Amino acid sequence: MHPDDTGLTATEARDLRRLAGFMIPADPAFGVPGADDPAIIQDVIATLRRDTADVKLALAALAELAGGSFADLDDAAAEAVAMRLLAENAKPVLVLGRVVLSAYYRDDRVVRSLGREPGAPFPRGHVMPPTDWSLLDPVKTREPFWRKA
Amino acid sequence: MTITHDTVDVLIIGAGASGAVMAWSLADTRMRILCLEQGDWMKPTDYPANGRDWEARRMTDWEIHPSRRARETDYPVNDDNSVMKVANFCGVGGGTVFWTAHFPRLHPSDFRVKSLDGVAEDWPISYWDLAPWFEQNDRFFGVAGLPGDPGVPDRNPPMPPVPLGRTGAAYARAMNRLGWHWWPSDIAIATEEYEGRAKCINLGHCTPGCAQGAKSGADITYWPAAIRAGVELRTRCRVREITTNDQGMASGVIYYDFEGNEHFQPAEVVILACNGVGTPRILLNSTSGRFPNGLANSSGLVGRNLMLHPWPQVRGYVEEEMDADRGPMTSIWSKQFYETDPSRGFLRGYTLQFARGTGPVTEAVQGAAAGAIPWGPGHHAAFRRHFAHRLVVGIACDDLPEEHNRVTLDPVLTDSHGIPAPKIDYTLSANTAAMMEHGIARATEILEATGATGITTSRTLLNSPGHLLGTCRMGTDPERSVVNPWGRSHDVKNLFIVDGSIWVTGGGVNPTSTIQALALYIADQMKQRLATLFD
Ligand SMILES: Cc1cc2nc3c(=O)[nH]c(=O)nc-3n(C[C@H](O)[C@H](O)[C@H](O)COP(=O)(O)OP(=O)(O)OC[C@H]3O[C@@H](n4cnc5c(N)ncnc54)[C@H](O)[C@@H]3O)c2cc1C
Repeated sequence: MHPDDTGLTATEARDLRRLAGFMIPADPAFGVPGADDPAIIQDVIATLRRDTADVKLALAALAELAGGSFADLDDAAAEAVAMRLLAENAKPVLVLGRVVLSAYYRDDRVVRSLGREPGAPFPRGHVMPPTDWSLLDPVKTREPFWRKA
Repeated sequence: MTITHDTVDVLIIGAGASGAVMAWSLADTRMRILCLEQGDWMKPTDYPANGRDWEARRMTDWEIHPSRRARETDYPVNDDNSVMKVANFCGVGGGTVFWTAHFPRLHPSDFRVKSLDGVAEDWPISYWDLAPWFEQNDRFFGVAGLPGDPGVPDRNPPMPPVPLGRTGAAYARAMNRLGWHWWPSDIAIATEEYEGRAKCINLGHCTPGCAQGAKSGADITYWPAAIRAGVELRTRCRVREITTNDQGMASGVIYYDFEGNEHFQPAEVVILACNGVGTPRILLNSTSGRFPNGLANSSGLVGRNLMLHPWPQVRGYVEEEMDADRGPMTSIWSKQFYETDPSRGFLRGYTLQFARGTGPVTEAVQGAAAGAIPWGPGHHAAFRRHFAHRLVVGIACDDLPEEHNRVTLDPVLTDSHGIPAPKIDYTLSANTAAMMEHGIARATEILEATGATGITTSRTLLNSPGHLLGTCRMGTDPERSVVNPWGRSHDVKNLFIVDGSIWVTGGGVNPTSTIQALALYIADQMKQRLATLFD
């Protein structure tokens, strides 16, 4: 999908990808890609929908902090600008964080790295450990204590 | 042009928890019963748990706040001037589509707060008036739980409780260490096959619709039975106002269909079941020369005494792995601090409600917003310390009525049909604030007893339980209440209200079990009085 079809310009899409890489970097120790991984960033952009306006606002703030194209800054400058933006508690920045995290933590590789099977909860469900109801024994010895009325 | 329909005997507005109960219970009278609902029938295949984006949807088209969810079938609510936010769902089943299904009842003492504690007002009915209807509702709705709880009156849930899991067991051990009461919660989830409903498979993420159909809701229990018994349910019909005739009786309603066409639906009896925000909104929108301040409002109490259940949450993280998003969200409750003990510095009390954790997206989003999970190189290690290690104790505080807490009509905001939207004004009383702090301190002790660290508290803003109560309260005195002890408006004798708005006090529990028992009780009272209903 072309970024423009989703409401982001090519420049915004490039900035978003670079920013995502600073937000959640790849980490071989955990066997995980960064949030700037092509499949993840494509998922972010394809599912922006009602969050597009806020994400564009956050990216505009990023460009302003960068004094131009964020994607073209050198690594040290870009990281400093990214962290300044992310330290803001403004709603557009929180929305941007949410959409990146939403796509990141449903990526198969990331989900597997957490020891879980990727996919929708239904119809697989989960098996719960058996309950040890003897934990209730001390409570069962109590007299009723609700107030009679 | 207004489309006018044939007169029905009974018109119910709202197909949620209480509207469904009324439709089903009144069906055996063989009257012609119609329900108008602004939302749609929900399809389990549309629920988030079917897709990989299940957690993200909780923050978009399955948001709990109607203004942010903003479906065509929602109406906006202005709650800028409220410390608590509104949560609801509009569709067949109402809030029982989008709910957690925790199913405690009010306690006997909740109906007698004035006599026992000298606060607010007593209800005009008692727990014991509702007792048979609680039991009937538990059986029909399908409730899991365990008899024998010393913290509440006897009840007989028809199915065994939901599993404790690792999280529930961690809480239970801590509570035993502290010597405090706990018990498996009553939850309206099928823990075994029940009346054609499939058994829970621990999908987790129960609140925004159960794809398995194990979580109970009015759409999959009362509605199919009511429709089989001859009740008509029209969806995508949004009621603007209730009309009245020369005798001051309700004559029907004006509503808009999904294409925006205006309809007049005449009726002999009108029953409001639109919840504690939707119901006063319709009454306040139903003005006329005879009822300039809205219908059924001679007391001036329509919209007042709004109760929303302040619900602080205390969160912490333990070393060992917990359930995270696996299994029904709640597993146990504690009634240790429910009944009044004046030495605590406040009157009335609260239920402690113990939750499991969340899925990875929710943990990451909340952790990042709180600054607990940083951006950058430290992100992964911090995330792994949090995800699947979370414990959360909710404090369901009693909410007492105060007239300044209220629903009015917003002067500017409207829904997509141009109908004025509700505006909420709500503050916390000193008693509630003291109760909250007491609960937060106890919940903190519990988490410490589990060995949790990183304990934080979220006080009110984000924890909107969707309990909308009190805005048309019941009573014997027409100057101090909107409806009589069996739900009939004091002013308009063929107008009934059956949803959470008729509550007199809030209690410290989730309300739906009591809302439905009360609706069953009112339906029974109406059936016993059919010949003299308007006297
Ligand atoms: C996220 C969430 C979690 C919850 N969890 C729990 C829980 O665990 N336990 C519990 O007991 N309760 C829970 N609740 C609360 C529960 O959903 C409500 O108590 C219950 O649904 C209220 O029943 P009601 O009949 O008063 O109204 P509702 O069920 O809200 O039904 C009202 C219906 O009226 C319709 N309506 C409103 N206005 C109009 C109009 N003008 N025209 C036509 N139709 C209209 C609405 O669309 C809606 O379908 C939760 C709620 C939410 C939102």
